[in-house]
Amino acid sequence: MFTPPEGARRSRPGHTVLMYGNDFAEPDDPGAGPLNAADGGAVEAAAAHVDTKAREGLASFDAIIAADQRIEPRDAMPEEYRQTLIRQIAQHAHSEIIGMQPEGNWITRAPSLRRKAILIAKVQDEAGHGLYLYSAAETLGITREELLDRLHTGKQKYSSIFNYPTLTWADCGAIGWLVDGAAIMNQVPLCRCSYGPYARAMIRTCKEESFHQRQGFELLWELMRGTPEQQAMAQDATNRWWWPALAMFGPRDTGEHAVTGGHTEQSMAWGIKRFSNDDLRQKFVDMTVPQAARLGVTLPDPDLLWNEERGHYDFGEIDWDEFWRVIKGDGACNAARIERRVSSHEQGAWVREAATAYAAKQRERADGAVGAGEGSAA
Amino acid sequence: MSEGTLPLFEVFVRAKRGLSHVHVGSVHASDAAMAVRNARDLYTRRQEGVSIWVVAASDIVASSPDEKDSFFDPAGDKIYRHPTFYEVPEDVEYL
Amino acid sequence: MSEKETGAAYSAYVLGLADDALIYSHRLGEWLTWAPALEEDMALANVSLDLIGQARSLLTHVGSLDGTGRSEDDLAYLRDERDFRNVHLVEQRRGDFGQEMARMLWFSAYQKALYAALADSADEQLRAIAAKAHKEVRYHHDHAAQWVVRLGDGTQESHERMQAALTWVAPFVDELFDDSGAAVAAAVTAGVGVLPSSLRSPAQASVEAVVAEATLTMPATPKWRSRGGREGVHSEPLGFLLAEMQYLPRSVPGARW
Repeated sequence: MFTPPEGARRSRPGHTVLMYGNDFAEPDDPGAGPLNAADGGAVEAAAAHVDTKAREGLASFDAIIAADQRIEPRDAMPEEYRQTLIRQIAQHAHSEIIGMQPEGNWITRAPSLRRKAILIAKVQDEAGHGLYLYSAAETLGITREELLDRLHTGKQKYSSIFNYPTLTWADCGAIGWLVDGAAIMNQVPLCRCSYGPYARAMIRTCKEESFHQRQGFELLWELMRGTPEQQAMAQDATNRWWWPALAMFGPRDTGEHAVTGGHTEQSMAWGIKRFSNDDLRQKFVDMTVPQAARLGVTLPDPDLLWNEERGHYDFGEIDWDEFWRVIKGDGACNAARIERRVSSHEQGAWVREAATAYAAKQRERADGAVGAGEGSAA
Repeated sequence: MSEGTLPLFEVFVRAKRGLSHVHVGSVHASDAAMAVRNARDLYTRRQEGVSIWVVAASDIVASSPDEKDSFFDPAGDKIYRHPTFYEVPEDVEYL
Repeated sequence: MSEKETGAAYSAYVLGLADDALIYSHRLGEWLTWAPALEEDMALANVSLDLIGQARSLLTHVGSLDGTGRSEDDLAYLRDERDFRNVHLVEQRRGDFGQEMARMLWFSAYQKALYAALADSADEQLRAIAAKAHKEVRYHHDHAAQWVVRLGDGTQESHERMQAALTWVAPFVDELFDDSGAAVAAAVTAGVGVLPSSLRSPAQASVEAVVAEATLTMPATPKWRSRGGREGVHSEPLGFLLAEMQYLPRSVPGARW
């Protein structure tokens, strides 16, 4: 949008995998990674956070970062900062767009008109959030078309959670409650991201997304108060989505798994990320266990137990083999999601071309009209 | 023609009467008429606005960060432009 | 006739309006993730949501008019194919984007004229629903018009496809303005509804204006026309649509969702 430096157009293909704003590297990648977490009221606080400090001393990128102020599009910034953000924001945007599919599957089968309206509004929000994010990425000197191309050709990834299928109506509830719940936990700290356009996109997204988690919980709540078939449906969906939701926070990264240096540390230093995967995951578990109890569903983890000493719930080990397998492409829906996305894009090409051609004709006509007017004036 | 060139428009929304239009983000559209509709569907679906402006991003002329020092710093020492600069007796009201 | 009997007599008219909105909102809902641009996913979702809102209000009204006390969901999910009263236009399978804009152009032109006319309805509830819906469908018509013009006056390919789309939609147009059937007669007698034929002139004028601006031509009179939707005689796609839409509530009778 604001004429980026030349170098900005050469961003390298994404090499990391992202979970809704949580950017981490595959195991063989040396730049392994981070981290975000949520706090209560953080969205509002971030929205209120503007440059209230004196202008002096904020001349350089480092000084702005050190003062916890926002970097804006035309500011000078290290190329690595720019590329890290492009990759992270783009993959976040892709997650929103691909995330439309699993729930979109259920729009034609929603069991009441109220639920159908809610679901359409939710899937629509996901398109909207994708658009906010693509806009933010474009301020860094890359076009939406380039970003979509990277998604379509597999150069950039999207959240692996969407490679799991939505098999029953209850899955729409489980996605709202667990997947959106986990996503919000990741996204809230990004409202304070050092890059202004990304932070603003996240503030807008988080505000809108609060209804997504609630509607999911409500959907399951209704099922758990329904017939035995409905209850079984809710439990089955919980069983299938619990572990993938926990895996959304990314690989373990505290204690013996802690990684120092490189990409992770740099992103922390730049104010792009703030919390460890494990801390966020723990917070999510602690928040969700009482909700599950209230719902009346059983979380599928025999090791899930309150630890008085730690003041947190202990929980079992995620199946990391499955996690990496799905990320690398061997999930139930990886191929289908991308194929649908590409197919949709290709089917719409003639429409986009027509709109562009019409705009060009209109400009020519306007120019022609101006010419004629000058002629008559003379 | 490549569809990759759908132009970018910056979007400004007046949240309610009495307030200025404020920049909220951007949209892509083939032309301004579609841009204002796309902006309506993206940025005002929760009653966020009563009026929308769209401006082709390529038409925006902005100050450059390189000029930041010469544009904005000179205002820094003109403290007599602010009412707090002036010392007046405390018992004078409405001043 | 008592007030109750009058309501029952014209409830089938209101049901026709409700089912049009219900079934078309369903077809538009199918577009999500398939629109030609993300911005258009947003737009089509908005149109679909407006129509679901109209359908819910109208169906709820029908349930009280006909004395059965059926809820919006009872009416949407528990009726069979032959009990639906929508026109064939809205139940046709999703085609390409040009076809969708051709369908939306005609349907919104019809709805725009309809809801404007219902401002004088003797049914207060219907008047209120129409007043709200009229604003919505004006936007739908504008949206369709924007696209028909761009596709018609865009590239050679889009011009041809848009012209073909107008031809595709033509056989379904007459049914929108068909006065036959007991429901229309009852509604007109009660001062509640309007003769569909009276809506043709304003609707057709707005469609023709868009078609001309789009450098397209109105298609020749088609060899056949759809009929029967208002009496519950539908085209084949409706059965598939309802099978998908209704299966869940029907699989767990009496359940709340």
